[in-house]
Amino acid sequence: MAARPTFPAGLALDAHKQQACGTPIVELPLPPQVVLALDQGTGYSAEPVVTVGEAVAAGTLVAHAGHPYASAVHASLAGIVVAIETREAAVPSGRSVCIVIDGNASNRIDDSVRPVADLAALSPDELVQRLRDAGIAGLGGAGFPTATKLAYARNLGAHTLVLNGAECEPWICCDDALMRSAADDVVLGALILRRAASAERCVIAIEDDKPAAIAAVTSAIERLRDEALTLAVVPAVYPQGAERQLITAVVGVEVPAGGLPADAGVVCQNVATAAAVAHWATRGEPMLSRVVTVTGSGVEHPGNVRAPIGAPLAALIAASGGYRDTPLRLIAGGSMTGRALPSDEVGLTKSMNCIFVATRDDIGSRLEAVEVPCIRCGDCAGVCPAGLLPQQLLRAAHADAHDTLRQLGLSDCIDCGLCDYVCPSQILLADRFRDARRRLQEAAAMAQKAADARERHGLRKRRQQEAATAEQQTFESVRDRARRPDDDSAGDSN
Amino acid sequence: MNAGAILIAVLVAATLAVTLGVALGWAAARIEPNADSLVERIDALLPQTQCGQCRYPGCRPYAAAIASSAAEIDRCPPGGEATVRALAELLDRALRPLDPEFGVPKPAQVAWIDEARCIGCARCLPACPVDAIVGTSRQMHTVITRQCTGCELCLPPCPVDCIELRPAPAVSRRYSQPRAA
Amino acid sequence: MRFDTSPAPHVIAGYTVPRVMFQVLFALLPAGMAHVVLFGPGLLLQLAVACVTALLAEAAALRWRGRDAAPALKDGSVLVTAFLLAFSIPPLLPWWLGALGTALAVLLGKHVFGGLGQNPFNPAMVGYAILLVSFPAEMTRWPVPMDVEGSRSWSELARMSVASFYGADLTTHWDGYTGATALDSIRSGLDLRYTLPELLARGDIAGTLGARGFAWINLAALAGGLYLMLRRIVRWHIPVAVLGGLLVPSFIAHGLDSGNALGPAMQAFSGATMLTAFFIATDPVSAATSDRGRLWYGAGIGLLAWIIRTWGGYPDGFAFAVLLMNLAVPFIDRYTVPRIYGRQP
Repeated sequence: MAARPTFPAGLALDAHKQQACGTPIVELPLPPQVVLALDQGTGYSAEPVVTVGEAVAAGTLVAHAGHPYASAVHASLAGIVVAIETREAAVPSGRSVCIVIDGNASNRIDDSVRPVADLAALSPDELVQRLRDAGIAGLGGAGFPTATKLAYARNLGAHTLVLNGAECEPWICCDDALMRSAADDVVLGALILRRAASAERCVIAIEDDKPAAIAAVTSAIERLRDEALTLAVVPAVYPQGAERQLITAVVGVEVPAGGLPADAGVVCQNVATAAAVAHWATRGEPMLSRVVTVTGSGVEHPGNVRAPIGAPLAALIAASGGYRDTPLRLIAGGSMTGRALPSDEVGLTKSMNCIFVATRDDIGSRLEAVEVPCIRCGDCAGVCPAGLLPQQLLRAAHADAHDTLRQLGLSDCIDCGLCDYVCPSQILLADRFRDARRRLQEAAAMAQKAADARERHGLRKRRQQEAATAEQQTFESVRDRARRPDDDSAGDSN
Repeated sequence: MNAGAILIAVLVAATLAVTLGVALGWAAARIEPNADSLVERIDALLPQTQCGQCRYPGCRPYAAAIASSAAEIDRCPPGGEATVRALAELLDRALRPLDPEFGVPKPAQVAWIDEARCIGCARCLPACPVDAIVGTSRQMHTVITRQCTGCELCLPPCPVDCIELRPAPAVSRRYSQPRAA
Repeated sequence: MRFDTSPAPHVIAGYTVPRVMFQVLFALLPAGMAHVVLFGPGLLLQLAVACVTALLAEAAALRWRGRDAAPALKDGSVLVTAFLLAFSIPPLLPWWLGALGTALAVLLGKHVFGGLGQNPFNPAMVGYAILLVSFPAEMTRWPVPMDVEGSRSWSELARMSVASFYGADLTTHWDGYTGATALDSIRSGLDLRYTLPELLARGDIAGTLGARGFAWINLAALAGGLYLMLRRIVRWHIPVAVLGGLLVPSFIAHGLDSGNALGPAMQAFSGATMLTAFFIATDPVSAATSDRGRLWYGAGIGLLAWIIRTWGGYPDGFAFAVLLMNLAVPFIDRYTVPRIYGRQP
């Protein structure tokens, strides 16, 4: 199958996938303890509905998703809740309230875990709600609740569901492994998601460097014979799997700046999310586990592991043969956008697609980098998939010139890190841009807050003035009434 | 070159000088800077904490004082150096450090009421310049964190010292990565 | 187990500024060899004095500015400036003029603006232009190239180069060994009402491809430039635009008036055409930013060079064309911002 044209720019990167991709997915033995972060990677937390000391079964709801950006959390292990406390976690803020469950050997499964009998009878709205209750979240890396995305898609009338199996980031291959071993689940989940989103068609997009996954998904689609479902092979160019870039490559439209994919009539979901939806439909199981790539030169046997959400990363690494050499970084995600974690005690989150244990062999290029002044070579602009001018942005970021930053499209940066990757001056561009972006957001929030405060202060002053005037008037009218007998004589005397 | 040419040159230059001088003088006298809009623009740069650390009763009075040159631009600790810089740029005045007499900058903070200790005296309510405290007599009070400017004006009236200032919640949650070592 | 943290991306390509700079120097090698074969070893002397002066000036400037000199000296950027200047000036220049030009290039062209990455003008062209307007006689005296009929032996050329380097007066002993460049001869010939075919038929000006001597250097520079494009050090936009800006008008003009206007082949393989297109105009620091901007920038250089060659006061116009377009870069950048993904153009 011929590869389609793609978004402009980007870069073919050294994929480093062979390390982890040769072997089949390994099932992690149930760990003695799980640490369930209530923030599953989006920055918004679910609210606990259990208390310390309570017994839970596998599949019991332990935290309810109050905010649309939070996802419901279920016990991935039968046992006792031993702690609900703020801990280090693999999330953007670095800390999250976590529910810690000590396992007992009962392996009891919650009564609510039953195959969804009435699947065909469910309306799209009911389907979305059930997916929300099941805590289904995007497994591609952002952990965004699937139900919320589907709801946006329905509100804005999305016509196409794009299933993201591009997996463009180096080192990661959990989606590849899943597609090869469970293509039927992916395809079944795709159809359920398409119905939930009320989309007309569904396109599964896979990069052309994964022939085995393409073959598996092709035959799964043939077995299903659904005309709404097609496969798109896209070139292996980073960041092909970035939502906006993939949509442009597959559907041929651009997502408007500051808008949602649904504004362009598209909703995007990860292939692993689709497989999780199929899991939920056939077994009634909420999101209790995921496949994660454990890789890097710092682990003995790189591979893909299916592990319960909340499993300590140390347990996953132990299951992969443990550490080897001198691991310097523990990275959640791939080499381009992954987040370096301070500890392997943190629990697996729904958004974590890769655990990259890096040694000097892997990340020496960054460790040895020496930053020198920008020579304006423009290589960064040549690869930017958002069409930005990183070197101009850098100047503006350095000067903290907020208007210029906005004008140059800082908010359209997708944080892919390619500018950083190619920079011959080895400037930490991505980091500067994240920093500038934070400052921009803070400044906007401060300005909003100042405007609110000004308004509230003004209202309060007016209220006080009115109260004072009213008091004055009362006083004057009382005084006037008291003086009235003298009025005539006073008037006369004038 | 003859004397005539020199005379012409001198005359042209002199005429230009006189004409432009008169025009500039007239403009200076007639086109007055709009005082009100200046206060507005200064006020827009102030952080609106309404804390009174500048010894004016709120941000706008301070803005008016700056506009009329009654006060210097170095009296706003909540705005910090950034505000002084913005004011200096707007008014074309020399950049100066904050005057420590009026306080020192602190990280953004918000008031928080220990609801267990609050006796519901309602004395903090009128002190709040932005009506960010809700509550009534003999009921416990609470601070609307989103509205609180962290001005600290609610602290002195509280008879049981149940109000404390806590770091303001972070604004941005996305795009964070560990800092460079 | 606990780990250190650092921001993404965790792996980079490992390109470095020294790598870029030394690739550029490497790509100059063929042109350098052609130069030495055709014009004698003067280039090597000029290179030596330019490199030494450039390193000294860079070190001094960094010291005065209170910066650490070591990394900047190692990054090779100042050597590129020195090389480009040495390639542009005549190989017979006395050593102090080469030193003066290089020092001015590094100090006035680069460090007064804040050093690497900050200079609005191409430093080598700043040095070259100052020398050209200040010492027009010395700056237009070239050896008669080896591929002209009846030229002297290479060893004779070498002796003259060394003598000239130390400042010997060439008119007494070496008269007839030196002359104007081909472009210069054509210009003065046209001024004397000769026609172009007459001039080209003379044999000491042009060969089959372009100017005597310079044709080979241009060819070698073209080869080096293609190598840089292959290694992705230089992207195609500027070289193509420079050549387009020069060759399209010369093609039209030659078609209209073949008696007076130089044809595209002659333009392409004379003077500093290829050196400018691939090595000088492509200096990223002083070039426009976006791809579209670089097309305008390059085309402007080519067109200005053609205008100066045709009507201007100097036989070759590339130094001034580059400096003028350097001036226009902020303007070009302002109007060639690429469209951002998801935004209306």
